[in-house]
Amino acid sequence: MRVMAQMAMVMNLDKCIGCHTCSVTCKQAWTNRSGTEYVWFNNVETRPGQGYPRTYQDQDTWQGGWTLTKRGRLKLKAGGRLKNLATIFASPKMPSMSDYYEPWTYDYESLTTAPAQGHTPVARPKSLLSGKDMNISWSANWDDNLAGSTEIVPGDPVLAKVSSKVKLEFEQTFMFYLPRICEHCLNPACAASCPSGAIYKREEDGIVLVDQDTCRGWRKCVTGCPYKKVYFNHRTGKAEKCTFCFPRIEVGLPTVCAETCVGRLRYIGLVLYDADRVLAAASVQDEKDLLRAQRDCFLDPHDSAVIRAAEEAGIAHDWVLAAQRSPIWKLINDFEVALPLHPEYRTMPMVWYIPPLSPVVDVVAETGEDAEDEGNLFAAIDTLRIPVEYLAELFTAGDPVPVTGVLRRLAAMRSYMREINMGREPQESIASAVGMTGAEIQAMYRLLALAKYDERYVIPPTHAEQAHGLEELATECSLDYDGGPGMVDSGPFGEGSGSQTPLAVENFAALQRRQTSDFGTDPSDKAARVNLLNWDGNGSPSGLFPRRRSEDRADEADRS
Amino acid sequence: MSTLLWVIVPYVVLAIFIVGHVWRYRYDKFGWTTRSSQLYEDRLLRWASPLFHFGILFVFLGHVMGLVIPKNWTDAIGMSEELYHFLAISVGGIAGFCTLVGLTLLIYRRRTTGPVFRATTRMDKAMYAALALVILLGLWNTVAGGVLNLGGHYNYRTGVSEWWRSIFYFQPKPDLMAQAPLGFQLHAMTAMALFAMWPFTRLVHVFSVPLFYLWRPYVVYRSRSDRLGSRNQPRGWDRVDTPRR
Ligand code: HEM
Ligand code: SF4
Ligand code: SF4
Repeated sequence: MRVMAQMAMVMNLDKCIGCHTCSVTCKQAWTNRSGTEYVWFNNVETRPGQGYPRTYQDQDTWQGGWTLTKRGRLKLKAGGRLKNLATIFASPKMPSMSDYYEPWTYDYESLTTAPAQGHTPVARPKSLLSGKDMNISWSANWDDNLAGSTEIVPGDPVLAKVSSKVKLEFEQTFMFYLPRICEHCLNPACAASCPSGAIYKREEDGIVLVDQDTCRGWRKCVTGCPYKKVYFNHRTGKAEKCTFCFPRIEVGLPTVCAETCVGRLRYIGLVLYDADRVLAAASVQDEKDLLRAQRDCFLDPHDSAVIRAAEEAGIAHDWVLAAQRSPIWKLINDFEVALPLHPEYRTMPMVWYIPPLSPVVDVVAETGEDAEDEGNLFAAIDTLRIPVEYLAELFTAGDPVPVTGVLRRLAAMRSYMREINMGREPQESIASAVGMTGAEIQAMYRLLALAKYDERYVIPPTHAEQAHGLEELATECSLDYDGGPGMVDSGPFGEGSGSQTPLAVENFAALQRRQTSDFGTDPSDKAARVNLLNWDGNGSPSGLFPRRRSEDRADEADRS
Repeated sequence: MSTLLWVIVPYVVLAIFIVGHVWRYRYDKFGWTTRSSQLYEDRLLRWASPLFHFGILFVFLGHVMGLVIPKNWTDAIGMSEELYHFLAISVGGIAGFCTLVGLTLLIYRRRTTGPVFRATTRMDKAMYAALALVILLGLWNTVAGGVLNLGGHYNYRTGVSEWWRSIFYFQPKPDLMAQAPLGFQLHAMTAMALFAMWPFTRLVHVFSVPLFYLWRPYVVYRSRSDRLGSRNQPRGWDRVDTPRR
């Protein structure tokens, strides 16, 4: 047994309202730069739909992730090491800009400089790649809310796997949102495809990062990742990906997407797993066994043998305690309601999802029946093959049994809690119908529905005595990096050359002070940019909104 | 004159080449990349880039054969002059031709695809000019000297090659170059210009050929603690620490 800790996330899809706040705040914090205009480390896609980049789930085309050889050994789907190197000069399976979308801005200036004229002036869209006028025809969420569904939805690769009868009925049926970030996989195909070895998994918390100084721009990881969550920065010529907001995680703050999520549906915590079992689990023959195999890799943090092994592996005691309180462990193991996204890619993804019950509830409610009654809901889950089959293609490699199990538990929770809220006797029979006790249902309800901040996020900060190992620590003067304040954007060898500028110039203590203070503070060294990476939700980050007039007047009064 | 061209300049170029790479690697690891433009355009690149690269790799092997390996070594393994000549001209000619076609396509693509052209730096343009010139002159030497036999026979293996090796023995023989045909002189001069700018262009990617990939484990793990932050420790700010043994 080789115990390792992994920082993981669970998203409760029933609560996602598709507002894209997470995407926007993430972009503001991480990819608000030239070269990453088209990049969304966090994106929210409407299902059914084609996703971003378009049809990324169709691995017959994109060749992402792993596959098994005839002899049952794990192999990159795009080809082994030699083939990978032989195709290095032009990667054969890389999405082009049109599969993401051509980023654009608007010619806003024409609005203010237009001469007096009969028509209202328009700001034309301008391509950020060629600088020319362009027609906008696709974007990261073009098919939001099933927009253009008759044309676009048939291109959904997940739908294509669901049987044809289901497809027909489907148009009238359901829709939900799927927010996606990098999965920080246990068996990352991106890292395995990187010829330079620049993509690595951190031993301490399993976060997968790209070393910007070692990346040589071979852009093989883009093909390797089946979720298409590594992006190529076309200005710097380096790969970039979701960082799980490691500077925040290191000091115990949740990621920006989780912190700002309107639906409060994201959970972050640790899981302990046995690194020795990962390879075998990723190579099980039957795709439908992958879910169980991955679950079996996780280690019970309450088990004394595991605790001992964890300590031997150098995992600090408070991390073990955090693993015991971890909402992820509870949702995956105790309540068994969280499922991995596309386990059949065999990367062992670590962002899991609670599939949405709402499509079923909606159908029942439309029939005029009681949509809180467990009998009605159970019957609907069993008869409504469509959502279940679709969800199964997403979360269980097509096996409907685990999905049905989760939906029944969610339905049972609904009915059970209704009885309590109506002041009636709680019905143990509802709980036992899904193999739980009333107390367990109430605990699950507390975690899923009430979703208290400190129960959603159980993030042990990195240790102060390891502080010097923190990747983003600034124990020196924060302006003391190459180029100094107001870094030079472009070195002599093209965009972003020259030595690296630290991602965050905050130090450990300042972040902690900020975390516990009542004021939203912002670093003022980036004049026109609002830094959401450090925003903790208190107040509004200054610079985001214009100052109030009364404040200006108060300032003036002070001066005079 | 010939001392300047064939002794001083080569050593200066050699120095720039070596020191330049070391300096660039230390100062600009972040800029050390292929700066791939595949995201902008991949229809042309799909043909052009492999054509160019496989071509130039064979051309490189050809140069190893011609420049590095002395004539009496190939004689020793019984390779006849005719066989060598035939190999050099056929393989070299084909590889050179592929390289040239690939490079032409690459330059055409770079000029005509809006986003790719916008991402082209001044250094890129200079590099393309030098690269194209070197390849053209090299191909001219092969075709003109080897096939058309213009200007009589010249065996570069006893001329240019010996001069090239003499540079590395530190016993330069500039006369050999001074007597070489103009085509070879120009090829060598432009090549030296290319090598002088090499460390400062995207061509540095050649030195990161990731062959290590074939042996390393698939997934790389790294511990946070093997690096001290994303910045180097400034001098004079070392932590108080007991010496590690
Ligand atoms: C085996 C070693 C090499 C490897 C693995 C390699 C790989 C690459 C890759 C991946 C690209 C980016 C293509 C793209 O997506 O845009 C590239 C571009 C380029 N390489 Fe190489 N290369 C190698 C050797 C060379 C050599 C020896 C030369 C010339 C002396 C060279 C000259 C170039 C040039 C000029 C480009 C720019 C092409 C363009 O976009 O116009 N490479 N190389
Ligand atoms: S989801 Fe993330 S960790 Fe997994 S293969 Fe893709 S980029 Fe790598
Ligand atoms: S912020 Fe939350 S609710 Fe809004 S789209 Fe993102 S995940 Fe869904």
